[in-house]
Amino acid sequence: MAMLEATRVRLAGDRSHIGRRLAALLFLLLIVMSLLSLGHGASGVSATQMLLDWLAGREAAQVDRIIMHSIRLPRLLTGLLVGAALAVSGAMMQGLFRNPLADPGLLGVSAGASLGAISAIVLGGALPPAIAALTGWHLVPIAAFAGSWVAMFTLYGIATRQGRTSVATMLLAGIAMSAMIAALSGLIIYRADDQQLRDLTFWSLGSLAGASWAKIAVAGPVIALALALSPLLARGLNGLALGEAAAAHVGLHVQRVKTAAILITAAATGASVAIAGAIGFVGIVVPHLLRLISGPDHRWLLVNSALLGASTLLAADMVSRTIVAPAELPIGIITALIGGPFFLWVLLSNRRVLDA
Amino acid sequence: MSLIARDIRLKLGRSQILHGLDLTARAGRLTAIIGPNGSGKTSLLRALTREYLPDSGSITLNGRDIAGLRPEMLATIRAVLPQHTVLSFPFTAAEIIRIGLTAPVDSGRDRLIEAALAKVGLPGYGGRLYQELSGGEQQRVQLARVLVQVWHPVGRGGPCWLFLDEPVSSLDIAHQISVMELAADYARQGGGVVAVMHDLNLTAMFADHVLLMRDGRSLAEGPPAEVLTDHLLSTAYGCRLRVNHTPPDGVWILPQAVGVGIAERV
Repeated sequence: MAMLEATRVRLAGDRSHIGRRLAALLFLLLIVMSLLSLGHGASGVSATQMLLDWLAGREAAQVDRIIMHSIRLPRLLTGLLVGAALAVSGAMMQGLFRNPLADPGLLGVSAGASLGAISAIVLGGALPPAIAALTGWHLVPIAAFAGSWVAMFTLYGIATRQGRTSVATMLLAGIAMSAMIAALSGLIIYRADDQQLRDLTFWSLGSLAGASWAKIAVAGPVIALALALSPLLARGLNGLALGEAAAAHVGLHVQRVKTAAILITAAATGASVAIAGAIGFVGIVVPHLLRLISGPDHRWLLVNSALLGASTLLAADMVSRTIVAPAELPIGIITALIGGPFFLWVLLSNRRVLDA
Repeated sequence: MSLIARDIRLKLGRSQILHGLDLTARAGRLTAIIGPNGSGKTSLLRALTREYLPDSGSITLNGRDIAGLRPEMLATIRAVLPQHTVLSFPFTAAEIIRIGLTAPVDSGRDRLIEAALAKVGLPGYGGRLYQELSGGEQQRVQLARVLVQVWHPVGRGGPCWLFLDEPVSSLDIAHQISVMELAADYARQGGGVVAVMHDLNLTAMFADHVLLMRDGRSLAEGPPAEVLTDHLLSTAYGCRLRVNHTPPDGVWILPQAVGVGIAERV
């Protein structure tokens, strides 16, 4: 009897304990994936071996250290940042639009970021030298961010009327916007030279191959800030699930939540597109899987999306480096191959909601 | 302590929805807003809860202009039940109700959620997925969410308020009565209740004060006995209505005949 009283009775329907345990599990998974990713590559350097050597005080070979430091570590970090950013952006957009199919990649937000990046690469040379010197390295990510920001605001503005966001309008507007952005991008690409074309291919399919410390220095802080701020919106996004009016009635500053969600999503998407190109479907697949396991409560959904998103992208990156080795596939192909059918499955299982 | 609305005018798009409405609802009473479809009942409720911002007029709640109250402040003194709530994510009933628990609670948040579920006649439903509940059950889960937001009818800052938009429209007769008893009970304990009502019999049974609307204007305001009259109702609804008149034959069922105390049995 005493034991019965000691164990706190859990409220039926409260799944936060599942979310908490899942977070611990996903954190462990992420560590394993990170070590695997560090040990994975053209040369036979093993991350665990290097770690053991370092712990034992043995000096690692010069070439191994260079491979680790300038190739694998930046690639790992980029994968972590981009994977987390994409999954969290997806989860936040889905919460904002109250729709499990919303995703920066599908709705043209990533395309907007790509357009920004493409414009910066191709037309950046035409800038007056003074401005070019001022923006320098930062021009591409800034342009990508601005592109995703404009796309996101346009989309939200079109789909929202009198405080109600229409699902059908949103999806159709996203498709129309993606097409227009693709056309604009095409026009700009037409002007590109050979070197620029090679840079541009990287954007369209996405890849972690171009990872470098310089890029991480630019995009890393933006993504880190966006990820750190996202949990603050968890309560607001939970409230928004009831609709904007009801969210205001429970005491939320709805407009503030919406603006913050738009800014964070645009920043995270823009920054990740800037360093890794447009990688699709991570933002849909990861949050959806997590909702199936621990429910839609954003207090754990956002954190767990960051963890699982990072692991997923590391896994996809390893596959992309393996299946046609020694060459490598753009990572966007892998995520689309797996994510496409998954997206269809989500669509079909939500058919009743979408038709309503 | 009252809700006092004066000269509320509201325009949506190009059409004038409310033409200078007055309403005085006192705490401790159940105030019903009735009227035909399209008379502006829901629009008025939305103006009273600041979902719509009226073009002119003033609304004070417990003596304070609601235009000057911040949402988090307002949320501690009044909760709002919408007509329908469509959810796109698979929340459980307990998770929905927790969203209403925004204000700090003195003790046991989990226990409060269970108590609210029991109060709306859904004990043990915490783990059920919202989408898998029937329309009436969903509406009662929403009512439970609204109740936990202003659990005590009288709070530290004075009476609390429930704004209910057709709270019983998707319920069967037994649950209509038990939900109306719940609302009337909230008022008896000192809280304020303002409800948009469709059912005239339930209005007659439970309301202490009635506002009858037509075409965005107030036709009458007062105690049910003064407002629910042949003349006023016939004018408002545009058909001949007779109060307390039993038909000579056929079958009819009145909620008044169901009897009080049904809530305990359900």
